Amino acid sequence: MSAETAEFPLPRRDALNTPYWQSLEEGHLSFQRCGECGKAWLPPRRECPHCLSPEWRWERAGGQARLVSWVVYHIAYHAAFKDRLPYTVAVVELAEGPRLISNIVGAGDPEVLRIDQDLRLAIEHEHGVAVPRFRPA
Amino acid sequence: MRGRVVIAGIGQTQFGALPDRTTISLNAEAVRKALADAGVEKSAVDALFVKFPTSRFEAMYGQTLAGALGIQPRIGGVWDQGGATNISMISFAAMAIENGQCEIAVVTLADNPKTGTRQAYEKAWGEDEVFGWFGVPPGYAMIARRHMGEFGTTSDQLGAIAVACRRHGAANPGAQLRKKLTLDEYRQSRIIASPLRRDDCCLVSDGAAAVVVMSAERARRLGVKAPVPILGFGQGQTSWEVAQRPSLTSTMAAASAKTAFAMAGITPRQVGVAQLYDCFTIAVLMTLEDYGFCTKGEGGRFVEGGRIEFGGELPVNTAGGLLSETGMPGMQLITEGVRQMRGTASLQVPRAEFCVVSNQGGIMHTHSTLILGQPA
Ligand SMILES: [Zn+2]
Repeated sequence: MSAETAEFPLPRRDALNTPYWQSLEEGHLSFQRCGECGKAWLPPRRECPHCLSPEWRWERAGGQARLVSWVVYHIAYHAAFKDRLPYTVAVVELAEGPRLISNIVGAGDPEVLRIDQDLRLAIEHEHGVAVPRFRPA
Repeated sequence: MRGRVVIAGIGQTQFGALPDRTTISLNAEAVRKALADAGVEKSAVDALFVKFPTSRFEAMYGQTLAGALGIQPRIGGVWDQGGATNISMISFAAMAIENGQCEIAVVTLADNPKTGTRQAYEKAWGEDEVFGWFGVPPGYAMIARRHMGEFGTTSDQLGAIAVACRRHGAANPGAQLRKKLTLDEYRQSRIIASPLRRDDCCLVSDGAAAVVVMSAERARRLGVKAPVPILGFGQGQTSWEVAQRPSLTSTMAAASAKTAFAMAGITPRQVGVAQLYDCFTIAVLMTLEDYGFCTKGEGGRFVEGGRIEFGGELPVNTAGGLLSETGMPGMQLITEGVRQMRGTASLQVPRAEFCVVSNQGGIMHTHSTLILGQPA
């Protein structure tokens, strides 16, 4: 399967995560915050992973984050990514606490990134879907 | 229960490409050889603990295998902690035996990702496909990068682990990859997911291995030749996905080892040989730290200068491990630990009173520890 014909793996929306993706379309990265213990998290869950409460709300992230770690793919595990090699996947921690998998863009040579460096949210469109990426702050 | 349960027999197939063999057939061969090694009749087996083939899930696989082996075990089924499963099942077998739930347990594993399916290894992690977050090596690379950033760990230090395992595998007539690796060759090795290179990554292998577990008392009565006492075991599950893990550079391996060393009543200093799960080089380095062979962050310096090679202070993976003997998820480390304690290994470490074995699975999601002693 070539990169052209490979189906791009877009997020599967469901009742739980639709507000998350909808928010990105509106220009905001959102996360969940527990109504009982106050902890914040991603990815979307029906129960707080700290106190198991089902009472939570969506909150908008400010966009500040730090780089926990990153890898640079030199081989593609999915045909749709063959044309993008080498590409960078990172673990990013939002200033509000939640962590997520993302891509780092606008960094030039990704090997010169540093752990814990400041990042800034950069929402980009991927096959028509707004996704949260990050660039060095 | 320190030392009251033993590993009485070990068995394994060839490792590498074994086309036209089912995992049932591979398991049957390993079990037959393990029972013969222990000198036990199949009819005496009353427990069958199975790690199902990682590369393809199959419901009720433990019962399918028991049927194929002609066994109706009291305790039987599969357990899933990925690569940590084998030591965990040996621990469960030991506790069951100690409490009269069974008497003779077979613990077995087979898989054929090299010539069969590998579908389970190629799935994306969570809902993050849109970012291109696929594959197992990048998960370990994410951990390795953080370790390098926090502690100054170098690629050459990871390379020292690959060099050690490959040297040991080259000396093992049964190893799948019998080709020594120099540090220079390691440096030229293709980058898979930076910072990890191809030679940081384990083999993909078909094969099976099994062990027979029973009480030391039963082994004595049966006249088992070289029963290897189980002195300690422990487990620890990190569980969080890599992205949600509060720390990338330490895992519940520390809790697993603490439990096992306390049970055995020994310290890492007394361990003369170690078989540490080396699906990726960084796993060995972090296990050395989490087990207390060195402090956190010192793993890179610890593995330098041949310390973990045969003849060094703490030889690691003396049959080659996952990097060189076979990519099998963990049982080969247990069988090599048994050979070291019996004194029958290809690269036999002299004067090693204790052997510690680690198993771990996922992207360091799961961990189990086993401490073995010499036959009485
Ligand atoms: Zn809560």
